[in-house]
Amino acid sequence: MLQSIVHVCLAGLSQGMFIWLVASGLTLIFGVLGVLNFAHGAFYMLGAYFCYTVLASLGDNFWLGLIFGPLFVCAVGYFVERYFLRYVYHLDLPYQLLLTFAFVLIFDDLVKIVWGAGSIGSPTVPGLGGSVSILGRMFPTYSLFIIAVGPLVALGLWAALERTWAGRVIRAASSDREMAAALGAKVPLIFTGVFVFGTWLGALGGGLAVPYVGLLTPGMGEAVIIEAFVVAVIGGLGSLKGAFLGALIIGLLSSFGTRFLPTFDMFLTFILMALVLLWRPQGFFGEASR
Amino acid sequence: MNSKGTHAIYLAIILGLAVLGLVADRFVLYMGMRVMLLAIFAMGYNLLLGRTGLLSFGHGALYATGAYGMALVNLHLTPDPLLGILAGVALATACSLIVGFFCVRHTEIYFAMLTLAFGMMIFSLIWNLRELTGGDDGLVGISRGSVLGLPIAKDGQFYFLVLFFFALTLWLIHRLRGSAFGLILAGIRENNQRTSFAGIPVKSYRLAAFVISGVFAGLAGSLGAMLESNTDPFSAHWSHSAEPILVSLIGGLQTFSGPLVGSVIFVVLREIIQRFTQNWMLWFGVILLAIIMGMRGGVMGGLEKRLKRGPAPAGKGEGS
Repeated sequence: MLQSIVHVCLAGLSQGMFIWLVASGLTLIFGVLGVLNFAHGAFYMLGAYFCYTVLASLGDNFWLGLIFGPLFVCAVGYFVERYFLRYVYHLDLPYQLLLTFAFVLIFDDLVKIVWGAGSIGSPTVPGLGGSVSILGRMFPTYSLFIIAVGPLVALGLWAALERTWAGRVIRAASSDREMAAALGAKVPLIFTGVFVFGTWLGALGGGLAVPYVGLLTPGMGEAVIIEAFVVAVIGGLGSLKGAFLGALIIGLLSSFGTRFLPTFDMFLTFILMALVLLWRPQGFFGEASR
Repeated sequence: MNSKGTHAIYLAIILGLAVLGLVADRFVLYMGMRVMLLAIFAMGYNLLLGRTGLLSFGHGALYATGAYGMALVNLHLTPDPLLGILAGVALATACSLIVGFFCVRHTEIYFAMLTLAFGMMIFSLIWNLRELTGGDDGLVGISRGSVLGLPIAKDGQFYFLVLFFFALTLWLIHRLRGSAFGLILAGIRENNQRTSFAGIPVKSYRLAAFVISGVFAGLAGSLGAMLESNTDPFSAHWSHSAEPILVSLIGGLQTFSGPLVGSVIFVVLREIIQRFTQNWMLWFGVILLAIIMGMRGGVMGGLEKRLKRGPAPAGKGEGS
């Protein structure tokens, strides 16, 4: 029993950390730009595909793929923000959401054209491909690696936002666009930068997903983006701390749900989302001023 | 355009569709029914989005409750199509009352996310309760039977049932938009606070708009189940809610005829693009981008502006 619970917890943690990697970029972009980015799932997918292509063409080296793959996606993110998203910040919510949704449609099909509509099997990571024995049962090493990477990314983000000058300017621009601009901050540039960085986080999640999910499919971003939405909402839209906690909760909930209540696994996730929205729409750590 | 002229146009459209039903081949009939079903869905939906300013991702699920309600009654109780449609619409109404009751407490992004959560709950139930809903297979083998002794098994006969409900929807939505109720909804969109200061219970009106749009989603769903003679679990998925949004946007959010024109363009364009390429989503995304970046009034919004002001003054943008 203990063995089973520990393993379910570990699976939940790795699932949660994995969702966090994707939700962090989504949350950062919403927190600063105020746009809920549907295309984030597409960036995740592009990250996975670019990572795969780079690693396949550089002699199956996963780490090179993880470093260089997401950079291509950053270029895509720059293009999206600079030439499209920038012009809809002042518009109503439906237009912003639909603009990012349009990119989902476009990227999903572009991936089909470039990489083919079928699934691509992915290689294992040298050194992390095996399993280790925990309480007498095998657990994949790569999942442990993901559990470790999640908090590292969280720590890095926290340090970048709270402890650096650039982070301070970003926080200023996110809390009051006009005042920050009046004080000389180049707000459009900051927005582009944050969007590209958020895109990089999503693409990094996609790159890390390559060995984790095992198969790359053109629709792989869509399942993830909804989980990331749930996490971002539960934590409080725009709150990174909340997203981290929300990801842990959703990861554990779905892991326990799959184990003990398989029929209502998905239902539980969304009922939690609805309950949080009704009881505390600002989420666990969101600002109360809405 | 005056209201008499408008009425004449819509009467002509319905008569034209009736004539089409008598002469057209099966393919055109099928396309026509798809357009009308989408238009019913979108016209109801646009009462919420275009009129009240609320963006819902839960209407795919309400569409599906209509389809599944209809299918369940049809398969287990009675093959009577009208009773089936009634059951589908009743189930969709009940669901929209429950979902709406919770969702209208919020607006903007929180409303959108709540509808997403509730819609996905319905989706997960449909997906997982295999014994009842058939899971990922959906429910199959829905029969059409006959209405008041008239058989509707063939597409050429069923077409007129769809046309009847389409005309009914057109008339009801038109009446609703012009009524005090419809104007209050527009007031809520333009200024939430002012409307509530005028002594209007804003939440109740939002709920009413939500339920009405849910009723039409359910109607479209139950007719859709009869047209395809099966139900698709993915119609409950949140992404299916994007369809009426796209349609309204193409035609023009703030206009009555927008969803109608949008439905025609959507269905026909999809058909044409699919002839040439597998990747119709790509082209659809590009069109959507162009609409959002360049002509946010949609086709009818742009046309209306032009008719009102005469030719558009040069160098002036579309505005927002």
